[in-house]
Parts: sequence; structure tokens; C-alpha cells
Amino acid sequence: MHIPDGFLSTTTWVSAWSVSAGGLGCCVRQAGRAMKDRMVPLMGVLSAFIFAAQMINFPVMGGTSGHLLGGVLAAVLLGPWAAAVVIACVLIFQCLVFQDGGLTALGANILNMALVGTLGGYFIYRVMTRLLGGRKGIVTGAMAAAWFSVVAAASLCAVQLALSGTSPLGLVLPAMAAVHAVIGIGEGMITGLIVGFILKTRPDLIYKGQGIGYRVSGIVPEAAEPLKEM
Amino acid sequence: MGKRDTFIGLAVALAIALLLSPFASSWPDGLERVAKDLGFFEKGEGAEVLKAPIPDYKIPGLDSEGFSTALSGTLGTLAMFGIGFGVARLMRRKGQ
Repeated sequence: MHIPDGFLSTTTWVSAWSVSAGGLGCCVRQAGRAMKDRMVPLMGVLSAFIFAAQMINFPVMGGTSGHLLGGVLAAVLLGPWAAAVVIACVLIFQCLVFQDGGLTALGANILNMALVGTLGGYFIYRVMTRLLGGRKGIVTGAMAAAWFSVVAAASLCAVQLALSGTSPLGLVLPAMAAVHAVIGIGEGMITGLIVGFILKTRPDLIYKGQGIGYRVSGIVPEAAEPLKEM
Repeated sequence: MGKRDTFIGLAVALAIALLLSPFASSWPDGLERVAKDLGFFEKGEGAEVLKAPIPDYKIPGLDSEGFSTALSGTLGTLAMFGIGFGVARLMRRKGQ
């Protein structure tokens, strides 16, 4: 759902640019505080993996395709702040080098996918893991959050298109939400498979919210408790 | 995360870019589909404000589309590893 140039009105893209610049600045500061030495190569690997995975469009219904967003996957491993920075870096790189997403729309794309999709998705993940508990809770929570992140980002994209006068909200919001509700199933399955695999092989890589990361988001890291048993 | 895991992770990402990207679906994505259905797709045609060096992951001058996509994906994945690693290190240093 990378918005190209031409879809958004000047007011909309300028507003989105300023909101996402401020939001991304906050994420960079928080991510710096929560960053551990061992997370540095992991952030490199996840940036590379998400960029590669975003190239792989999989077919969904009726001549439409979708690809991984990866925001929740990154957040489960790196925490929400660094994950938002990863998605923003991928979006900036795709825009500048591959013309994937417009330069004027870059602010909106960062706002939708890196900020709302990733941070919002992480919030859902935390709530779900707390409610469900255990390793199953982590996988199920990640899957549900991944689905939510795609639908939330797509819905916000629809609102921006409506604000731009590109398409009426009553048409574009249900259309975007419906298509991405299906694409989001792919997001949930891929995220669940990878998180499940990492839980089995390297549970230490799951972000446990040490440091200021979880306190700022206001959610206690109880989800990580079951990991201590292993 | 040690050197070995980093290497394995990067190898997986590179394998996806190199081996899978030529087989990715070329159907319109969710937003393009909606734009076509609701009739605002043309608004984006020729509206680019920036000429990117490798538009749509096709390296200019390379005839084979599959090879072009695989190559730009592989180089992009390597570059993205460097960017992610570099940004993480910068943030780590500033955050202390």
C-alpha cells in the first residue's frame, strides 16, 4: 500500500510529512535508549529481511496481490521504537532508489506503516500476549497484531485519500479495509510462522521490553514471563 | 545475536531476494486494485516528483526482467542490512 505521488493533496501530504517527522524523531530517541549491543546486528538482519520480503508479492483473491509489511514481526524482536525506525528506513530506501512509493507521499507512508501500523500493532500484541499468556499467546498475539497492523495502515491510507479529495470516504475506506483484511491474513500467517520458529530456536531474541521501552508505552512486560521457564 | 546468527539471517534475506523475487506476483497490490476499481489510478501516472535510479526494481539497460529484479533485490537487501546496522549503531551510541 505504498502511496505514489499524485494521490494526495498538498495539504494532506505536507501534514503527514510533519506528523511522521515528529513521530519518527520520538521513535529514534526511544529506540536509542532501549537498544542493546546484541540488537544492533538483529536490526541489520531485520531491515534486510523485511526489504527482501516486501519484494515478494503473493496473489490474493481476484487479480490482486499483497506483500509482507513486517512491522509487527520487527516489533516482536526489536521492540516498537526500533521496529518503527526499521520500517521507516525500508520505506525511505524503497522510495529514493526504487520509486516504490512517492516522495511527496513518503510522510504518509511512514505515518501509516511505520508509526500507526507498527506501534499500533505492537500495542495489540502486548495486550493479546498479556491476556493469553505463554508461548501460544506470543504467537497468537503476533498473528492478530500483524493482521491488525495491515488493516489499520490501509484504513488510515483511505482516510488520507478521502481528505485529499481523491475518492469519497464511503467508497475508499470499505474497499481498502476489505482488500487488506485479506492481505492481512497473509501477514498474520507469515508473522506467526517466523515468530513461532524463533520461539522454538532462539527465544532469547524475542523483545522483552527491558529499559524505558515498555514503561513509555505503559504496558508491563508480563508477556515475557513464560519465557523465563525455558 | 552473534556473528553466526547474523550471517544466517542475512543469507536467508539474500536468498529470498535472489531466488524468490523473480517469481513474485505482478498483479496490482491492494492500493493499486482499489485505485483501479474506484477510478483514481491515473492520478499517479507520470506524477513522480523524483526520478529514482532503479524504478520498479528494474535496472535500466538489463533486458532480462527476472535477472534485473533478482539483482536489484540482492543489492538492495545488502544495502538495507548496512543501513539497518548503521542506524542501530548510531542510535545505540546516542542513546547511552
